[in-house]
Amino acid sequence: MRSFIKRAAAVLASAVLLCCLHANATEEISGAGATFPYPVYAKWAEAYKQQTGIGLNYQSIGSGGGIKQIKANTVTFGASDKPLTTDELKDGDLIQWPMIIGGVVPVINVKGIAPGQMVLDGQTLADIYLGEAKYWDDPSIVKINPKLKLPHQPIVQVYRSDGSGTNFLFTYYLTSVNSKFGQKVGANASVQWPAGIGAKGNEGVAGMTMHTDGAIGYVEYAYAVQNKLSFVQMVNKAGKTVRPETATFEAAVANADWAKAPGYYLILTNQPGDKSWPITGASFILMHTKPVDAKASKEALDFFAWAYQNGNDAAKALDYVPLPASVVAQVKDSWKQIDLK
Amino acid sequence: MTQRTQSLTNWTVRGLTALSGLCVVVFTIAFAILLGYAAWPAFSSFGLHFLTNEAWNPVTDTFGALSSIYGTIISAAIALVLSFPVSIGIGFCLSEIMPRRLVLPIRSLIELLAGIPSLVYGLWGMYVLAPCFQTTLQPFLIKHLGHFAFIGQIFSGPPYGVGLLTAGIVLAIMILPFLTAIVVDLFQSVPRLMKESAYALGMTPWEVTRSISLPYIKQEIFSGAFLALGRALGETMAVTFVVGNAHRISTSLLAPATTISASIANEFNEATSDMHTSSLIALGFILLVSTFLALVISKCMAARAVKGRPA
Repeated sequence: MRSFIKRAAAVLASAVLLCCLHANATEEISGAGATFPYPVYAKWAEAYKQQTGIGLNYQSIGSGGGIKQIKANTVTFGASDKPLTTDELKDGDLIQWPMIIGGVVPVINVKGIAPGQMVLDGQTLADIYLGEAKYWDDPSIVKINPKLKLPHQPIVQVYRSDGSGTNFLFTYYLTSVNSKFGQKVGANASVQWPAGIGAKGNEGVAGMTMHTDGAIGYVEYAYAVQNKLSFVQMVNKAGKTVRPETATFEAAVANADWAKAPGYYLILTNQPGDKSWPITGASFILMHTKPVDAKASKEALDFFAWAYQNGNDAAKALDYVPLPASVVAQVKDSWKQIDLK
Repeated sequence: MTQRTQSLTNWTVRGLTALSGLCVVVFTIAFAILLGYAAWPAFSSFGLHFLTNEAWNPVTDTFGALSSIYGTIISAAIALVLSFPVSIGIGFCLSEIMPRRLVLPIRSLIELLAGIPSLVYGLWGMYVLAPCFQTTLQPFLIKHLGHFAFIGQIFSGPPYGVGLLTAGIVLAIMILPFLTAIVVDLFQSVPRLMKESAYALGMTPWEVTRSISLPYIKQEIFSGAFLALGRALGETMAVTFVVGNAHRISTSLLAPATTISASIANEFNEATSDMHTSSLIALGFILLVSTFLALVISKCMAARAVKGRPA
C-alpha cells in the first residue's frame, strides 16, 4: 500500500514538473475572439513561429467571447468582427484597429440557376429575410432578374443561429438599406429572425443551403469560394451590379474614410463607389492601453506589425483582403496609445 | 499485511469513498446555486414574464423562455411517443418470440446505437434525413393532411426539411437504445413461474405479454420512459442541427423551432450583453429543474412499483 502511494506521488510530482517545464520552454502570445479571421491568424502564427520562435495561442471562441476575455484581462489581445464604440473603448481602457478584411456573400440553391446568375439588391434581400418576398418568382426579384426563369417555389431563408460577426455585418447592411428591417429586426450578432431556419456556423449555413431546395443563405466570402457555393451578385450603393471578389472588397475598403472614424469605429457595409461590394467588413483587434504585462503586449504588437508587413500573400491565398497600406500606417501610429512601460 | 497497515487501508478506503460520495452532493448543490445566482438578473428583471414571453430579441434586450421551453417539450414528447411503442415491441420480440441465441447480438446492436456520438446523429439528420423529408414526407403530409380543420394546422407551412418533427424523429432514434435497454431488462425481470403458468393455461405469447408481463412491469416502464424523457430534454448537438433554431412558436410541427439546449449552444459564445448571458443561464436553470423533475417522477414511479408488487 505504502509503496503504491509513494509511486503515485512520484508520478504526480513528475507530471507537475513536466507541465512547468513545458510552460517555460515556449513563449506564446495569447489572444481570443472572432472565428472569422482564425484561419489567417493561424497561418500567420505558423510562419511567425518559424522565424522568431514565438508562438500564438489564439482561441477562436467568437467575437463576444474575445471582448469578454480582453475586458477580463485573461488574454493579451481580443479579436472581434464587431467594432466597439468609442464609449465602450474608453470604459475598458481599450484601443482597437482593423486587422483583416472579409465579406459576406449571399448564396442560393434554386434549380436551374447557375452561380452568379441571380442579382439581388439590399432592399429585396431584406424583404426576403423579413419573410415578405415568399416565393422565388416574387415581383421584386423578377424585376431585377428579367432574363431569368424563376420557379414558383417557396424561399427558405437560412440564417446563422449562433451569434457571429457575419450576422452583425449582414443585419447591419440590411438595416441600413431597408428601414422596415431596422424596425422589426435590427443589427446585432444575434437577432430574432422573423422567418426561416437557423444553422450553426458557416458550415451549417452552407450545408443547410445546399441541401434545401429553394434556400438562400449567407456565408463569409472565403467559405463561399472554397466550397464553390452558388453566389449571388449584388446591386451596390452606386446602383452598379458587382460580383463578390477580392477587387470589389478592396474597392469598398478603399472608398471608406478611415481617417474620420474615431477609434476605427467603421463598418464597411454599403460603401460608395461603383465597384464596392456592399457587405464588406473588417475584423478588429482589441488591446489594453494600460496593459498589466507590457512585455506580452510588446510581443503581440511585434507580431501584428510583422503580419501587416509579411502576411498579405498568406491572407490572399486564403481569400481574405489585406488592409490598404495607408490604413496600416494610421493603425501603427495609433499603437502609441499603448503604454509599454 | 500487519494489523496496522490493514486498519490504515480500511481507513483510507472509507475516507476516499466517503469523499467521492460527498463530491457528488456538493457539486450538484453548488452547481444549482451558481446557476441560479448567474440567472438571477434575468429572473429578477423579467419576473414570471420570462416564462410566458415568446420574444427572444438580443437587439432590444428582451428575453422570454417560452419559445425554447415549447420546443424542448414538444420535441421530447414526439421522441417519446415514437420510441415508446417501438421499445415495447422490441422488448416483446426479444423476450417472447426471438430464439434465445439471437437475443444477445440484437441487444448489443441496439446498445451500439447509444454509442454513436450525438454529433453524428445531427449531421445525419441535417444532410440525409432533412433533405429527404423536404422532398417526400413533408409535402405528402401538407398535401394530404394540410386541409383538415385541426390536424391541418399541425402539418402546414412550407416544407423546410428541418423543424420540430425532424428533431423529434432524430431524438426518438437517440433515446431508443436507452428506453429499449430498460424495457428489455424489465421484460426479463418478470418471474418465469408466472409466465410459464400462463403458457400452461394455453395463452399465446402476445396474451402472456399483455396480461402478465406488461401489467407486472407497467409502472417501471413509465419510470423508464421518464428517464428517457430526461435525456431527450437535454440533448443538444443533434437537435441544434435539425430543429431549425428559430425563437418562434407555431402550430405546425413542420415549422422550425428551438430548444433550451440548442439556444444555449448557439448563442452563449457571442452573447455580449449581460442580460443576454444571464437569460441563457436562466434557460439552463429551467432545464436543470425540469430534468430534475423528470428524474424525481421516474424515481417515485419506480418506488411505487416495487411497493405494490406481489411478493
